[in-house]
Amino acid sequence: MIEGIMIGLGTALTLQNLLFVMMGCLVGTFIGMLPGLGPMSAIALMIPIAASLDPSAGIILMAAVYYGAIFGGSTSSILINAPGVASTVATSFDGYPMAKQGKAGKALAIAAYSSFSGGVIAALFLLVAAPFLASVSLSFQSTDYFALMVLGLVAVSAFAGKGDMIKALLMTVIGLMLSTVGTDQTQGVPRFTLGIIDLIDGISFLLLVMATFALSEALMAILRPKGDADRKKEKEASENLGSMKVSRAEVREMAPVIGRSSVLGFLIGVLPGAGATIASFLAYGTEQRIAGPKKGAEFGKGSIRGLSAPETANNAAATGSFVPLLTLGIPGSGTTAIMLGALIGYGIQPGPRLYVDQPEIFWSVIVSMWIGNIILLVLNLPLIPYIAKVLAIPSRFLLPLILFFSLIGVYFVSFNTFDIQLMVIFAVAAVILRVLDFPMAPMILGFILGGMMEENLRRALLINNGSWSFLWERPLTVTILAIAAACLLLPFLTGWLRRVKDRAYEKTSSSGD
Amino acid sequence: MMKMTKAAFVAATIAASGATMVQADGHQVVDSIHFLVPGGAGGGWDGTARGTGEALTESGLVGSATYENMSGGGGGLAIAHLIETNDPGVMMVNSTPIVIRSLQGVFPQSFRDLTPVAGTIGDYAAMVVHSDSEITDFGQLLEMFDADPTALNIGGGSVEGGMDHLVAAMVFQAAGGNPSDVKYIPYDAGGEAMAGLLTGEIQALSTGFSEAIALANQGEVRILCVTSAERVDAAADVPTCAEAGADGMEFVNWRGFFAAPGISDEQVNAYRDALEAMYETEAWAAVRDRNGWVEIWNRGEDFNAFLENQEQVIGDLMRDLGFL
Repeated sequence: MIEGIMIGLGTALTLQNLLFVMMGCLVGTFIGMLPGLGPMSAIALMIPIAASLDPSAGIILMAAVYYGAIFGGSTSSILINAPGVASTVATSFDGYPMAKQGKAGKALAIAAYSSFSGGVIAALFLLVAAPFLASVSLSFQSTDYFALMVLGLVAVSAFAGKGDMIKALLMTVIGLMLSTVGTDQTQGVPRFTLGIIDLIDGISFLLLVMATFALSEALMAILRPKGDADRKKEKEASENLGSMKVSRAEVREMAPVIGRSSVLGFLIGVLPGAGATIASFLAYGTEQRIAGPKKGAEFGKGSIRGLSAPETANNAAATGSFVPLLTLGIPGSGTTAIMLGALIGYGIQPGPRLYVDQPEIFWSVIVSMWIGNIILLVLNLPLIPYIAKVLAIPSRFLLPLILFFSLIGVYFVSFNTFDIQLMVIFAVAAVILRVLDFPMAPMILGFILGGMMEENLRRALLINNGSWSFLWERPLTVTILAIAAACLLLPFLTGWLRRVKDRAYEKTSSSGD
Repeated sequence: MMKMTKAAFVAATIAASGATMVQADGHQVVDSIHFLVPGGAGGGWDGTARGTGEALTESGLVGSATYENMSGGGGGLAIAHLIETNDPGVMMVNSTPIVIRSLQGVFPQSFRDLTPVAGTIGDYAAMVVHSDSEITDFGQLLEMFDADPTALNIGGGSVEGGMDHLVAAMVFQAAGGNPSDVKYIPYDAGGEAMAGLLTGEIQALSTGFSEAIALANQGEVRILCVTSAERVDAAADVPTCAEAGADGMEFVNWRGFFAAPGISDEQVNAYRDALEAMYETEAWAAVRDRNGWVEIWNRGEDFNAFLENQEQVIGDLMRDLGFL
């Protein structure tokens, strides 16, 4: 392992790669702060640039952009109560009240320290867990992979939150359907190409991500322009940050919160499908309960703990989601799905073999997480007062730039004008779906898992001479499928239990009268 | 089937004439080449075109090289584009799949609609097993196949009816078996198929020789046989498939270049001369070693004859297997 870390350090600490980390952190923070643009769009915009670099440098750049974007998202949550992505919604609960009390600088500093700690601690867990899981996963056969992907798809929908489950499932199905377009990976037969030769190779992943994230988010921002009052608020918030100092007592208050939230965030991040959003809400809720009635009552009014917990957890979860990506080749979240797409673009197949075949990539990803977090702290924190000025840039300058970069980014990879047309079609469809509150991430996950899922299922069927018996005969497969079933049924089950309990309670209370 | 000898650099082969060809310092053969890549940036075709272009320009054989990626239609878009524009300044990279895909009807054209320039690099195929496997030689694998072909899972990194499958079917056919009995398990890529070999869900793997030799050197696999005509220097103890029991089995997955259908003989010969001279340059040696490429050289008419033969062999096999 020490040897591995040295390999990673050797790769990550070259001057060129350090420059990429710095650039990535800055660009990521910048993009992450823009309303509506989150880590997924930020990474998607980087793919065309990363494609021209060698794999290690490309991944380091993307990891840096990722962390930068998360930090940028927290910044806009705190300053203007406008979380760029779902995973920083919980940050705004206490961050924005702090900013309103004139302690914006302090809130930003706490967010930065918490993200840093969460990321660094989780990367340490990753260091230990990944090689272990990689060695275990060497015994995973096609049937087990199929079961794991079912679990991943089910989990992302199950954790989507109340009422959104059906929408998330529907989007997952759309993703699965889109993944079947093009030449199938088992028999080489073109499917659903509508006779269009450009569709024979399938829909490009980059194209789909750029269209449904970067492009459609920019279009949404045009559709829902901000009023003058909002703009004034943003301008004020970016000008008066206040002191960024954190006192010793506050550090002492934060430390245990950070410790607990790191572990929680990492574990949730490892689960396929559950990601930074759930981790941040869970950590927030858990800390509120642990804080007790007195301190807990401060939550939502500018509590340090309430800010620190979700910030730590979302970063730890982001790191945790790299565990299934690096060891099983299965993306646990929308963001890691994009990373997977980029890795495959390099001809790298993440999975149990990555650790053995390309240790320099495996380790440079882990090491770059540390470096990314450190750079974020030492470089971005002092620069925050200046970066915050981004919020004052009128969107009529920003949005055309985003439109331009996302279209040109896709074109520069394929050099096929058909891709641009397809992109616009997808972007318009995505805008309609967004207006109707359909989430995009399950679609992306469905798209990337769909192809793999089908391949593994068909391979399992071939190996078993067409028999489905492997679904219940292989213990590992059965176990994973059982967990998937539990994930799908749990929300209904708890709801049902609660109703039963309530009814029982009503009965006892009414009989007591 | 395929000449393995490196062509000697003969100064007399520099025959330069025509508008875009100059003989500046007695070295430069072609003024400029525009490489057309039928796939996206970063793929195997892209690497071949850019690597070759780099060697050609750095050695001074070609003045300048430009590249154009045109993905789509499994390579069909680029082929149609080359035929339509009929630009003599363009050279398109391609490989064995141009033969397979045109047989399958993925695109309506075939190599006959273009001017084959030369086959430049290639890779043999190999049959491998896990290094802990109880199968120690090809004879044993054949015994297992003859005993119960449904119990012998042979994986590969291509689709059913794709190259790895066809190679496995060819090997067992040459050894006297029925090629449609071969139980082929498709994987997305060679690396994934390797993982399948490690978990034991497949017993043998049909893969490229360069990939197999790298894994064999790491002690992960045992190579049962290689599809070359003679044993390969890099693994002298590995028998050829032909001597291991698959009579007359030979296969090479080539990569090479094609020009527009209407190109003049003079111009296409200048391209061939430049490529032939390239083998002797240091710039090429660097590119070749960096990518682990195996040199093959198949020029003009030889290349045409080779392609026709490959089309015949693969076409017959695909008909036997029911893919056509």
